[in-house]
Amino acid sequence: MSSSFDPYASSRETTEGTVYSVTGGDWDDLVSEIGATQDERVVLNMGPQHPSTHGVLRLILEIDGETVTEARCGVGYLHTGIEKNLEFRNWTQGVTFVTRMDYLSPFFNETAYCLAVEKLLGITEQIPERASIIRVMLMELNRISSHLVAIATGGLEVGALTAMIFGFRERETILDLFELITGLRMNHAFVRPGGVAQDLPEGALAIISEGVATVRHNLQDTIKLLVGNSIWLARTSGIGYLDVAGCTQLAITGPIMRATGLPLDVRKVQPYCGYETYEFDVVTATSCDAYGRFLIRVEEMEQSLRIIEQCVERLANTPGPVMIEDKKIGWPAQLALGADGLGNSLDHIKEIMGTSMEALIHHFKLVTEGFRVPAGEVYVAVESPRGELGAHVVSDGGTKPYRVHFRDPSFNNLQATAAMCEGGQLADVIASVASIDPVMGGVDR
Amino acid sequence: MITNPDPDQHGLFGVSGSGDTSGYGGLVRTQVSPGSSERPYGGYFDDVADSLERAYPAFNDAIEKVVVDRGELSLHIRPARVVEVAKILRDELLFEMCMGVTGVHFPDQTGRELHAIYPLLSITKNQRIKLEISVSVKEPHMPSLTGVWASNNWHEREAFDMFGIVFDGHPGLTRILMPDDWPGHPQLKDYPLGGIPVEYKGATIPPADERRAYR
Repeated sequence: MSSSFDPYASSRETTEGTVYSVTGGDWDDLVSEIGATQDERVVLNMGPQHPSTHGVLRLILEIDGETVTEARCGVGYLHTGIEKNLEFRNWTQGVTFVTRMDYLSPFFNETAYCLAVEKLLGITEQIPERASIIRVMLMELNRISSHLVAIATGGLEVGALTAMIFGFRERETILDLFELITGLRMNHAFVRPGGVAQDLPEGALAIISEGVATVRHNLQDTIKLLVGNSIWLARTSGIGYLDVAGCTQLAITGPIMRATGLPLDVRKVQPYCGYETYEFDVVTATSCDAYGRFLIRVEEMEQSLRIIEQCVERLANTPGPVMIEDKKIGWPAQLALGADGLGNSLDHIKEIMGTSMEALIHHFKLVTEGFRVPAGEVYVAVESPRGELGAHVVSDGGTKPYRVHFRDPSFNNLQATAAMCEGGQLADVIASVASIDPVMGGVDR
Repeated sequence: MITNPDPDQHGLFGVSGSGDTSGYGGLVRTQVSPGSSERPYGGYFDDVADSLERAYPAFNDAIEKVVVDRGELSLHIRPARVVEVAKILRDELLFEMCMGVTGVHFPDQTGRELHAIYPLLSITKNQRIKLEISVSVKEPHMPSLTGVWASNNWHEREAFDMFGIVFDGHPGLTRILMPDDWPGHPQLKDYPLGGIPVEYKGATIPPADERRAYR
């Protein structure tokens, strides 16, 4: 053991023995140093800024040679206190916060929150059909864009750069559609309690159909590249094994659960937004591994395209409105697109400012105060790309949420890291975590 | 059960004793909260209650009340009994999955300020129920359910981190979202937000939690 001070591998004495902290420098030097000690026990910090993690995740791995003997996650680096913030804004403003939780699936966050608020208000039945169809269409588009990122970054992490390029190329098509419909590529705050913020712009259906065709065509590139590819199989097949008992005990849902052969999908078993009226299949695999999860994501994108086509067909034949009739819950004015963006329609401004004092008072009250939600609590689950996304919303009868808790599937599923990685190779940790597809914005909220 | 901390709200704004000249100071609004439910509960809820009563003889002692509200069933369970009930629910009533735990803080429910709500899912029967356990903020101890559903590990850590509920028997109850040395539990209603008043063109806007606001 060298006694000279090493700036890259300092050591200190603890009750556990000598602890070396390596922050750079030569790996061989470290190995030769710790080789001198009797029981070698290397704790490797992967992250918090490791490029192979989805966001800022820290993996604490205890390794024995190349074998991982213990794996733990350190989370919380992206904690922004969204749930606390929600308690100081009115019910409608809450959408703007929840959309930023899991930033790869904003429409699922928005819809889960809005369904919960609507359930508390008891207005679930009054949501216009067109609004529900738009919600379903946006969620399915979002499922594709999210799965594309899962496959793209998963590919990137195990060295398949082409998969990354393909995935992000297709995702761009979908983000363009989001921009067309909501005005934003991410963080839309488009789904609101009572419906959606705005009807589709003119000619949107034709563009969406075109986008669906493009994505369907281009998806073949990813499929041809990866499905059955021997290198991809070598990296993912049999990796990150978790069977149905493990998934149940860890409350794992989504593609990980479906890769065990159990067709658990909230859209089918407890439908919401009218999912029971759409034709689609729940995709399963039986391999319980990372490759099975990949296959499920690919096939689910096809199923989502099927649902979107049905939505487009229905939207062509279902006239508005897209917001609940109750003026006290919907935004008091019809929004209109002006030169400076989306805002109150000029007709509405004319009415409240020029003709009706009552309308002005109502507008003022509804905008500044918002609506009240009867006291109570509900738990609403939707099937997000990563599994069951639950919104637990508590009201005390006021104009602001009393407590909102999101049961984010990423947060829950990340607990499986230990079960999937321990006993495996260090390199497989990356493939395992990529197959969980955690999004840290959702984990840390 | 969700009871309003202030069953009778006086005024529209969250201030009292100030010179509120808005004319709403005299307004009193009574909040009606969903209380204990009577049978029949409707749907599969009667079946769940019956099965639990059959499988668990101490039902009346363990279950403080049953609330059916907005199509959801909540079983309010005495903290000491929660592990027994949870095991029966998992093994006999086939609630295989526990979707986590939500903490809620009701500062005015003296002696039972902190609530922990566990949503359960039965894949086999396609049913959902909720367990609700309430403890006091001075003695915030309740048994951990990680032994019954391992998935609760991180969720209970989050509830501890945010509300200070101590889950006895948890394998490693440490903070999860906040830094390890963070003082206090941020989601408690009396946790200071730490904002400062902002002056703009001579007017001062207080921080969000001290602002006059509708409630």
